[in-house]
Amino acid sequence: MAFKGQIVIDTEHCKGCGVCVEACPMKCIEISKNVNSKGYNYTHTVNDKCIGCASCAIVCPDGVISVYKVKC
Amino acid sequence: MANLDIVKPENLVYTKTKVLTDNVMHYCPGCGHGTAHRIIAEVIDEMGIQDKTIGVSPVGCSVLAYNYFDVDFQEAAHGRAPAVATAIKRLNPDCFVFTYQGDGDLAAIGTAETIHAANRGENITMVFINNGIYGMTGGQMAPTTLVGMKSATTPYGRRVDLNGYPLRITELLATLPGTYYVTRQSVHTPANVRKAKAAIRKAFENQKLQKGLSFVEICSSCNSGWKMTPVQANKWMEENMFPNYPLGDIKVDGKLCENITADRLVLDHPLTVVNK
Ligand SMILES: Cc1ncc(C[n+]2csc(CCOP(=O)(O)OP(=O)(O)O)c2C)c(N)n1
Ligand code: SF4
Ligand code: SF4
Ligand code: SF4
Ligand SMILES: [Mg+2]
Repeated sequence: MAFKGQIVIDTEHCKGCGVCVEACPMKCIEISKNVNSKGYNYTHTVNDKCIGCASCAIVCPDGVISVYKVKC
Repeated sequence: MANLDIVKPENLVYTKTKVLTDNVMHYCPGCGHGTAHRIIAEVIDEMGIQDKTIGVSPVGCSVLAYNYFDVDFQEAAHGRAPAVATAIKRLNPDCFVFTYQGDGDLAAIGTAETIHAANRGENITMVFINNGIYGMTGGQMAPTTLVGMKSATTPYGRRVDLNGYPLRITELLATLPGTYYVTRQSVHTPANVRKAKAAIRKAFENQKLQKGLSFVEICSSCNSGWKMTPVQANKWMEENMFPNYPLGDIKVDGKLCENITADRLVLDHPLTVVNK
C-alpha cells in the first residue's frame, strides 16, 4: 500500500540544524536561504515525494515538524 | 510544494506532544537533549501519567528541563538528582519519578548519589545523557571524554596517564544488584529514536514492578562542545563514541544480557580517537 504525505514545518521555531534533511529517505527537505526572526536558516520542502514516514519529525530536536499522511 | 489536500486534522500522524510546553528550548541547534526530552514526554503522554509524573532536573545544559515538560519538576543541586528522586519516590510511591542528567552531573560530581541510588534499588528511572563533555560550561573534559578527544581542558586530547580512562558508568551500574534494567541508546537517527523511546517506556513501566532502578543512557552529541555541525557531530558520534559506548541493552529484568560477556563489560583497552 502506498502513502502520500505532507509535512508542515513551524519555520519560526526551526533552528536549521539539518538533522531532518539527513533523515528524510525521499530527499524532500532542504535548508532555505531565508532566515527566521531568530536568524536561523529554516527548512522547507522541495518536492512532493513525501510518504509521511515521520522520520524527519521524530529526529527534530525542537519538535517543529507535523506530519500528515493519506493512503493512495 | 505543499499538498494542502493532505493537511487536514484527520490525516495528522505526528505532531509535538502536549506533554511538552510551547516554550522554545534553549538548546543549540541539533542538540540531542531536545529529542531526548520529546521521547520522554511522548512516553508520559502514551502511558497517561502526566499528572502522576515528577521529574528531577540536573545542573548542566538541561538545568532548565522543567521549562519544557508539562509535569511536576524539582531542580536538584549539582549531581544530587538521584537522592532527591529517592525522597520524592519514597514519599509518593504511586508517582512515576525520573531524573534527567548529563555525564558531568551524573558521572562526576554526582557519582556517589548515582551509585548508591542504584545500589539501594530505588524504584526510579534515571535518564543519562552522555555527550562526553561538560556542554554547559564550555566543553571541558568529563569522566566520559574519550581517550584522545579534545576538550577545553584537554586541548591536545585526553591522555590516560594524566586524565585516566573514560568512565563507563552504565556498565558499572549494571553489575549492581539494585539495577533492574540498564541500557544504552541514542537519538540521532529515526530508528535509534524509536528504540530509545521503547527503552524509556520500559524504564517507566518497570516502576510499577518495584524491582529496582531502571537506567537509560542516551549517547548523544554536543555539537557546540565538539566544535562540529550537528550532522557532522552525529557522524563523529557513530564512528568514535559507539565503539567506546556500544549501544543496546546491558541488563534486562534484573539479568545481564547474554551478549554481555566479561570482555564487553570491562573493555580494558579503550579505543583512542583522533579529532581535529
Ligand atoms: C557545585 C558546582 N560545581 C560546578 C559547577 C559548574 N558546572 C555547571 S554544569 C557542569 C557540568 C555539566 O556537564 P554535564 O552534566 O555533562 O551536562 P551537559 O551540559 O553536557 O548536558 C559544571 C561542572 C556548578 N554549577 N556547581
Ligand atoms: S530537525 Fe527540526 S530544527 Fe532541525 S532543521 Fe529540521 S525542522 Fe529545523
Ligand atoms: S515524512 Fe518522511 S518522506 Fe516526508 S519529509 Fe519527513 S522524512 Fe521525508
Ligand atoms: S552545549 Fe552541547 S549539550 Fe549544551 S545545548 Fe549546546 S549542543 Fe547541547
Ligand atoms: Mg555532558
